[in-house]
Amino acid sequence: MTQFYSPTAIQGGIDEYKGEWKTAQISHLLKRTMFGANPDDIAYFQKKTVSQTIDELLASPTPVEPPLNYYDTVDYKDPQGIKFGETWVNAIYGDGTVNSRRRASYKYWWAIQMATQKRSINEKMVLFWHNHFSTEINDVDDARFVYVHNTVLRKYTMGNFKDFVRQITLDPAMLRYLNGRLNTKNAPDENYGRELQELFTLGKGSGSKYTEDDVKAAARVLTGFNINNDRIVYTFNVNNHDTTDKKFSAFYNNTVIKGTNTAAGAEKELDDLLTMIFAVEEVSRHICRKLYQFFVYYDITPTVEKDIIEPLAKIFRDNKYEIKPVLAALFKSQHFYDANVYGSMIKSPLDLVIGTLREFNVAFPSPKDFLQEYYNLFGEMARQGQIMQQDIGDPPNVAGWAAYYQAPMFYGIWVNSDTYPKRNQYTDTFINSGFTKNNKKIQLDVVAFAKKMPTPNEPNKLISDSLEILYKIPVTTELVQQLKKDILLSGQSTDYYWTELWDTMISKPNDTNTLNMVTIRLRNLYKYLMALPEYQLS
Amino acid sequence: MKRRDFIQNTFAGVVMPALLNGLSFKAFGNVDDAALGDENILVVVQLSGGNDGLNTVIPIDKYGLYQNARTNIAIPKEKLLTIPQTDTLGLNPGMTSFQTMFKEGKAALIQSVGYPNPNFSHFRATDIWNTATESNVYVNNGWTGRFLAVDNPGFPTGYPNAKYPDPLAIQIGSVVNTALQGPIQSMGMAISNPSSFYNLISNKVESTPNTLAGKELKYLREVATQTNLYANTIKSAAGKVTKQATYPNTGLANQLKIVAQLIGGGLKTKVYYVSIGGFDTHSAQVNTSDTATGSHTNLWKTVSDAIKAFSDDLSGLGVSKKVLGLTYSEFGRRVKSNASVGTDHGAAAPMFMFGDLVNPIVLGKSPDISASPTTNDNVTMQYDFRSVYASILTQWFCLDQSYVDDVLLKDFQPLPLVQVQACGKITANEPITLTEDLISNYPNPFSDSTTLTFTTKGGHTMIQIFDNIGRVISVPVDGEYDAGRHEVVVDTRDFNSGMYFARLQNGEIQQVRRMIK
Repeated sequence: MTQFYSPTAIQGGIDEYKGEWKTAQISHLLKRTMFGANPDDIAYFQKKTVSQTIDELLASPTPVEPPLNYYDTVDYKDPQGIKFGETWVNAIYGDGTVNSRRRASYKYWWAIQMATQKRSINEKMVLFWHNHFSTEINDVDDARFVYVHNTVLRKYTMGNFKDFVRQITLDPAMLRYLNGRLNTKNAPDENYGRELQELFTLGKGSGSKYTEDDVKAAARVLTGFNINNDRIVYTFNVNNHDTTDKKFSAFYNNTVIKGTNTAAGAEKELDDLLTMIFAVEEVSRHICRKLYQFFVYYDITPTVEKDIIEPLAKIFRDNKYEIKPVLAALFKSQHFYDANVYGSMIKSPLDLVIGTLREFNVAFPSPKDFLQEYYNLFGEMARQGQIMQQDIGDPPNVAGWAAYYQAPMFYGIWVNSDTYPKRNQYTDTFINSGFTKNNKKIQLDVVAFAKKMPTPNEPNKLISDSLEILYKIPVTTELVQQLKKDILLSGQSTDYYWTELWDTMISKPNDTNTLNMVTIRLRNLYKYLMALPEYQLS
Repeated sequence: MKRRDFIQNTFAGVVMPALLNGLSFKAFGNVDDAALGDENILVVVQLSGGNDGLNTVIPIDKYGLYQNARTNIAIPKEKLLTIPQTDTLGLNPGMTSFQTMFKEGKAALIQSVGYPNPNFSHFRATDIWNTATESNVYVNNGWTGRFLAVDNPGFPTGYPNAKYPDPLAIQIGSVVNTALQGPIQSMGMAISNPSSFYNLISNKVESTPNTLAGKELKYLREVATQTNLYANTIKSAAGKVTKQATYPNTGLANQLKIVAQLIGGGLKTKVYYVSIGGFDTHSAQVNTSDTATGSHTNLWKTVSDAIKAFSDDLSGLGVSKKVLGLTYSEFGRRVKSNASVGTDHGAAAPMFMFGDLVNPIVLGKSPDISASPTTNDNVTMQYDFRSVYASILTQWFCLDQSYVDDVLLKDFQPLPLVQVQACGKITANEPITLTEDLISNYPNPFSDSTTLTFTTKGGHTMIQIFDNIGRVISVPVDGEYDAGRHEVVVDTRDFNSGMYFARLQNGEIQQVRRMIK
């Protein structure tokens, strides 16, 4: 793989990090493993050790509620009789109209999951696996299929990777997306057999030397599977299965997988195929590299390969491809907390959109009373991600979003002259006027955010404490002084004016005039901070 | 929906035409095309902190009272700078450059500008001046922003375009002034970094740390610069001006120098904001050994020298007829000085205007000063600051009065501040000399009632009675009157004993009468 050398290398290996455990480290960890570093979460983890924090973030996720019918209106009812507020995931397909509404429901629901995440890495891992085992709703079409697919991603976020690959191989959405259902002995379709090796397990690194014949042989192993569209499960038709033996190349030690002619036999062939692939150590390296590029930094230098990827890959193999121990080692490592890692990643659109609303604790209307508005407001969040080029559920192709793999730009791909202004417009609008659906509004509450700072009545501290949460790169003291003077002090040079204003607001909570004055200034401050390029770094 | 409600509602984009009272934008655009003021530019100089008006413009005609109220900071009479417009006042000794501009007919002065029920908080007062509202009304957009939105309701969608290739407004400095906030979007060019603007002109690149994050930051900044739709027009305008006049090396002068460079380079931006701080002179505003010197005098030297250099530069660049300037500060300061050789937050204060086409007059009388001033005494307003804004909108930007009322949220009388040529509108070019008292009262002092006698030239006439800190106590006259003398009896039984000011407003004539209960 091509190497891109950076100005200064990241220091430290995977030995356990024993250094400081303060806002700087915690907000770094949370920005990378969750969406945004919420001030309450930072405060919460400050009372824990590094190890306790990671263990908590990696704890098994709690099950989520399925997406709901939020789309019934006076003029439109779900034709399958799914009532407003009920889930449609077990309904029959119906028609294109209801399916498109359910697809929207699914996307908005996914935004809800990200935004209302617990203190857990889980939602970031769902996104990681969504990018890894990429499928497109546009292609799969059936909302119920992609929901079932999503439950598979969720089941294995931190589970066993080999089992995960097996279930993905037979996942109805994947059987549709990569044509597994069309893969028959008379007309083999190599699509899945190729991506299984090229993208999902071995990758394209120098250690991956499978051949074109191996692609064909893998495809033949997987012939005969299909989908039951009503029950949304895979099926097997022995008549479509290639019952001959499948021979693999020297890369796979000339493995031969015995042909079979039963359903159980075909599943045994799949197990043999995966056992053969997972015997190649490159699988563990490929996944560790992808995790590294998703969570740490894009540039895998020879040093990183040797000091980070190799040991993580060994942990992965030693633990029989359990994902959690790898994540634990990575996020507890000295390498991860090297200051050079901080801010080295350009936020993905979803990181920006969801991270911003989480860092500011945006209050949404209650789904109990305003289900439609609740879904539609999260739909707006999903739409924001989409116009910035990260449409949840619809990555551009089977390789996922280019920013996660495409050299030499990597994360830089997210930002261009079209998307950069949209990022600024998003934060500007969220602060200025917020987003409104049917008279329900969500807006960044800048005063509430400032109140979470330790001493918001000291203008210098207010700015520096805010920056510690919002930014991962230092700014000049000139900038801080200028923002203080121009915004918080309205051009005055005495800090006391801000202190007095803030204290008045606190001591007279019903004085809307003072609240207004504070609000105007804080909006300008945070709008400014979020418009600077520094805010785009995680 | 009432029009006023609309302005206060940031979501009003879809009902924008309501702002224009049913007229279409196209119709208005036609008016605008024909207007003479199409190329006219306004440069607003913000003096942050609250300028001490009484030590800026010193009442020579009331010098004894002035000296009595300000024993520790009064500037000696012989050090004051006189101007040809009037012998009733003298300028602060630091303002030699302004004195020259008054002599050249390029500066104007409006006495005691304020608003009813003044606010003494920097924050709120700044917002009031920028949003141009009553002191108890909150809106989150500003007067120049609303003005620019009249002709550009959809900004920034579709901008830049053939008609508006350049930013509508530019704030020199890090944060766009609230005054430039339109009903929906800020009409001012967002400069995303304090130094980026200077970098844009000088082609400098901001340094980034030698870290991985620094590498990404550098990339993001490059994208941000490419994204700035106005980067090229600004750069090319700046590039056209290679020779400028000499400016003093001060922050304000450097800001104005860039403004001159952009105007000289042909940028069609209509409004510029620049600012200078330091006017919050609670203590040591003069040197006690020589009260003609000190921090406040230095500030005014900085301001007037910078503006004079700017004015000379614009003349050299051949664009001085296009530019009108204005200074404002969030409030004036108390009449009586404090024990720290300074002055505390106050009310009305003088405003200056400058430019080739300014009407070079002194408007208004010297402020009233009590013979036994108390710490609460304030300069009472003669002119509402929104009358100054209204004058600029009608006489400089040639805006029809009906739109002016929308922009300023209420009708305000224009004052004769700009020469006729700017818009082809009739405004008095001669200073209005008000030697006669148009308002008086008897008895004075009074107890249960007093009779106000006032002379109006006809039309709408108003008398407001303020207390000594500027609160409106009563409005005994507010309506249409025939020309001539009128009387009105004011019931003053509810008045506390103390000082009051009756302010007469009749078109551009605004006069104040002091009364005592």
